[in-house]
Amino acid sequence: MSPVPTREVNPAIIELVQRGMNGDRRSLARCITLIENRAPEAPALMHQIYPHTGRAHLLGITGAPGSGKSTLTNELIKEFRKRGHKVGVVAVDPTSTLTGGAVLGDRIRMLENFGDKDVFIRSMATRGQLGGLASMTNDVARVMDAFGKDIVILETVGVGQDEVDVAKAAHTTILVEVPGMGDDIQAIKAGVLEIADMIIINKADREGVEKLQLHLKGMLSLAPRREWQVPILRAIAAQGEGITEVVDSAEKHLTYLKNSGEYEKREKARLRDELLGRIQEEVTRRVLRLETTPGGLQETLDQLELRQLDLDEAAFALYKKSFDI
Amino acid sequence: MESVSQQSTESAALQATSNRKIRVLIAKPGLDGHDRGAKVVTRGLRDAGMEVIYTGLHQTPDMILEAALQEDVDAIGLSILSGAHTVLFPRIMKLLNENGMDDVLVFAGGIIPPEEVEAIKALGIQAVFGPGTTIEETASFIRKHVRPAAGLGTGGVQ
Repeated sequence: MSPVPTREVNPAIIELVQRGMNGDRRSLARCITLIENRAPEAPALMHQIYPHTGRAHLLGITGAPGSGKSTLTNELIKEFRKRGHKVGVVAVDPTSTLTGGAVLGDRIRMLENFGDKDVFIRSMATRGQLGGLASMTNDVARVMDAFGKDIVILETVGVGQDEVDVAKAAHTTILVEVPGMGDDIQAIKAGVLEIADMIIINKADREGVEKLQLHLKGMLSLAPRREWQVPILRAIAAQGEGITEVVDSAEKHLTYLKNSGEYEKREKARLRDELLGRIQEEVTRRVLRLETTPGGLQETLDQLELRQLDLDEAAFALYKKSFDI
Repeated sequence: MESVSQQSTESAALQATSNRKIRVLIAKPGLDGHDRGAKVVTRGLRDAGMEVIYTGLHQTPDMILEAALQEDVDAIGLSILSGAHTVLFPRIMKLLNENGMDDVLVFAGGIIPPEEVEAIKALGIQAVFGPGTTIEETASFIRKHVRPAAGLGTGGVQ
């Protein structure tokens, strides 16, 4: 019984990480694969990587499908590169719940950055994770961070009103809105509007910009007072308009986070969240190994069905058993 | 339509690591604008449970290499209908080899004269799927011939 993930010094992993640190892009790609697949080597890999993380500015981009997130990301990459930053992008698209497959098509809008060795774009499928990001997004962003990317952009799938995971993963969350999509009641609903640090009205050459801006402003004025005033910026990403302002604002937000102590607070909250998630995963993993053992999962299910145990009792018993206590 | 010598069964490593998904890049090299086939294959492989990266029309060999490298794909499907495969395929294969990516399964589709298939396979392209190929054929070919779990590999040149 040694289900504890191995963190032993694995020479191949050390070498892989070393090459990645030296800028080898293929090593970065391979590290991401190992993490995404939760390969057996992944814990040892993260053990090597973790001390080198915590430097990059993590930017989350969310908004409805078709709002222009990928096009905006493409423009942001260009602007950050102009300012001398190395940029990593994690572009998330949905996994089909029926077949488990996915079409990842965000790269198509980011081809302009081809040939720049300091831009690394990786597409990820959600693989069943709800909330707008893939489940291993945080660790993938960490590898990019450790391997020298100054900016890591996390682009969400862009479905629904509840994909708020990005706010937990990113330092600065950018919500992309488009004129003429949805009425004002959409904005009153809770959800994504509450977690935005910046709002971009994209496709701002369309009709309805003024109205949308007014609505958004109204919504924000009703929200609980925050020290950071959420800016509402206009952009036409497809033409590269308004992008410098977006990047200025993102930089300003990072400065605010750092000066106000909010940065540490968010970091702690994020780590707490992830840690609790990992504990849950670990317990579940251990219990699943008891599927057919005597007194294990299947027997417990039988007892539950016969009403010999209740759910709390059963859960606690399996928990204890999974740790041999 | 597949005719590759080695007939390995579905890789055991693939089944062992349940979290692994086969990642495929579907690329349109060159200047022809006919992407219906590429899109159908993209969609079909998605429905076969794979993660398919589609990068759109007019890709240069360097762009295809770069996308394959960053996305760490297990397979690349090249769709071409313009006849430029005689020029583009050798370049793409050369780039893949130079970058240590010869473990990536490459297959082709589109309009390719039967008499040229041998030469194309000699480049290391493992199958040529012409019109009439079913998605089933393509998907099972990929499953059979894809590299075992993307492990540590040998990394690569920068």
